[in-house]
Amino acid sequence: MLRQLECSRAIAEAVARCRPEVVCAYPITPQTHIVEALAELVREGALAPCEYINVESETSALSVALGASAAGARAYTATASQGLLHMAEVVYNVAGLGLPVVMTLGNRAVGAPINIWNDHSDAMALKDAGWIQLFARDSQEAVDLHVLAFRLAEELSIPVMVCVDGFVLTHSVEPLDVPAQALVDRFLPPYHPVQVLDTADPVSIGAMVGTDAFTEVRYLAHHKQLQALDRIPVLAAELAGLLGRSSGALLHPYRAEDAETLVVAMGSVTGTIEVAIDELRAAGVAAGAVALCAFRPFPLAALADALGRAQRVIVVERNLAPGLGGALASNVRMALRGRPIPVHTVIAGLGGRPITRAGLRRVVETAAKDELEDLHFLDLDVGAVERELARWGEQRRSGPSAENILRDAWRTR
Amino acid sequence: MSDQRIRFYQTGTFTVGNRLLDLGKRTVQSSTERANALTSGHRACQGCGEALGARYVLDAAMRATDRDLIAVNATGCLEVFTTPSPETAWQLPWLHSLFGNAAAVATGVAAAMRVKGKATRVIAQGGDGGTTDIGFGCLSGMFERDDDVLYVCYDNEGYMNTGVQRSSATPPTARTATTPAVGAERGNPFGTGKSLPLLAMAHRLPYVATATVADLHDLEAKVTRAMSVHGARYLHVLVPCPLGWGHPTDETIMLARLATECGLFPVFEAVGGELAASTPIRRRVPVEAYLRRQRRFAHLFDGAEPDPRLARLSALAEDNIRRFRLAAPEANP
Repeated sequence: MLRQLECSRAIAEAVARCRPEVVCAYPITPQTHIVEALAELVREGALAPCEYINVESETSALSVALGASAAGARAYTATASQGLLHMAEVVYNVAGLGLPVVMTLGNRAVGAPINIWNDHSDAMALKDAGWIQLFARDSQEAVDLHVLAFRLAEELSIPVMVCVDGFVLTHSVEPLDVPAQALVDRFLPPYHPVQVLDTADPVSIGAMVGTDAFTEVRYLAHHKQLQALDRIPVLAAELAGLLGRSSGALLHPYRAEDAETLVVAMGSVTGTIEVAIDELRAAGVAAGAVALCAFRPFPLAALADALGRAQRVIVVERNLAPGLGGALASNVRMALRGRPIPVHTVIAGLGGRPITRAGLRRVVETAAKDELEDLHFLDLDVGAVERELARWGEQRRSGPSAENILRDAWRTR
Repeated sequence: MSDQRIRFYQTGTFTVGNRLLDLGKRTVQSSTERANALTSGHRACQGCGEALGARYVLDAAMRATDRDLIAVNATGCLEVFTTPSPETAWQLPWLHSLFGNAAAVATGVAAAMRVKGKATRVIAQGGDGGTTDIGFGCLSGMFERDDDVLYVCYDNEGYMNTGVQRSSATPPTARTATTPAVGAERGNPFGTGKSLPLLAMAHRLPYVATATVADLHDLEAKVTRAMSVHGARYLHVLVPCPLGWGHPTDETIMLARLATECGLFPVFEAVGGELAASTPIRRRVPVEAYLRRQRRFAHLFDGAEPDPRLARLSALAEDNIRRFRLAAPEANP
């Protein structure tokens, strides 16, 4: 049933229908509305039995979820940006212990400079922690992915991070369907842990592992990701059968089969890209797109397949790896082994800057003429950068760059 | 025998001869029914105070809970010496996650028990580094939420597992690898450090206690009392470390006793944030008697004149005696 809902509210309701037994909350924009809605659902009794725990930091939020999961409870939390980095040590630990915690990441830039708006810097910072990372292209997929996430996590005993673009998705209000309780119950069986703290059968979890076994334990973490490559399409198909819509996949191709220029991206920018592709096609440019839903595991084979006959790839990066380019493009290149076609990195939408159809069209058209640089910063204010570089050259104590550029931007506006 | 009141000094030392007590008053550890939750064969150093303390704490808690107990461990000596792969010394469900999050992990385990309707109790444990420093944020959160966890700190007054560095539980003047006995003020500076038991009391916990491995009856009794109440509870156990303190391995118990008898380590209980009971000092010794036996304080005694800082340490002991009411009763009844 479609209802006019804020995406965060719908995510909270979907999570509640997955019957988590322990939910930990620590506020950080832009995920806060999700845990606020869950607080209400628990207090009203709509989600029961459930222990809702207000903690004092993100480290504790995920640590409480870790303890609960190891003790056999289905555990959930949500975070964003600085919060994810604050809990980084626990993020690795949950994965290393193989605990199927599900966490929403309301994707947001990472400071400094402090910025609350959307990009993928947070998710990319923790991309190799051993979690599955699924990126939602729209609000409905964000909602449905949580149901898939619990099933996938518990089947493989691996944590899953559902990445939902901050504000663009988390705070948008639109007609959304929250999967019905009966359907969720059919899709998601009760949690049967592979390891549990049980006084009737004591085990030690988290023991020291030395050179004798560390590599093998780490290998198994990789193996689980490979298993997930097989399971994600199967579970997505099963979920689609129940819900009557397609949500979740390794990736979503769009007009890709005969495309000469392919745009690869993740998250909410997918919609804008698809409209831009339509416009380009109407203008006679053979462009297509691939939106990755699974970033970890990285669907190398599926992406190589989807790239089809493309002569060039443009990766729209919502993050910056200073000194290199972008995390996504580096991964995309792995799928192009043996295919000598250019992969352009387009750094776009950092800190919430809008990615426009016009900007995307321009990039694709430039690339189609083989005139796009390897690394391009979309809509970069070159003048502002040059003025600050000049200040650096003029005096040693040139001051904080962020303040300088802001002042400059307001003066020239 | 059973109606005879045992005076501990009857044995000539501070130890309590179990054989002098009736069965009900003997230690959990002396019973063949003990759980051996932390069993033998682990890799602790000879004379390790922490291994001894943990063994008594856990077996007492196992008895108090009818063995319905889960332990969460912070990273540190206790974690490392008990789980050399592929072995484990733990005979109860045991979970180690990280250095600084044991209290929060324990909260999660306790929440899981509650939501599943289980009566299983939860203990979290760590050293002073994992408790007073890196784990303090998580611990304070667990305290203020009054989560149903007994947190036990085995305090050896430094980061011994990483090679004896200073923690916020290291006493003034003590030499550690990061407060070396060189320069103008040798060892750990005065005016630093914190008292976790006092901080725990400030959270108005239902039960806070300190103990040492010199009085194991007292330690067991406090664990038993702690397990008789619910909510967030805190137990701070002084556990001398031969490696870090620089004392012979057979003097661990003696040093724990001297620490209390000189007044530098107060033994007390607090209920609801108020001091409820103290263990009076029976035969007070000067701080020198405690300090001289440890190499970490050797620089206080290497000059021709007594180090003036000994007077300041003495004043700290005096302050403890006043604040925690440790003065011996006037007459022995």
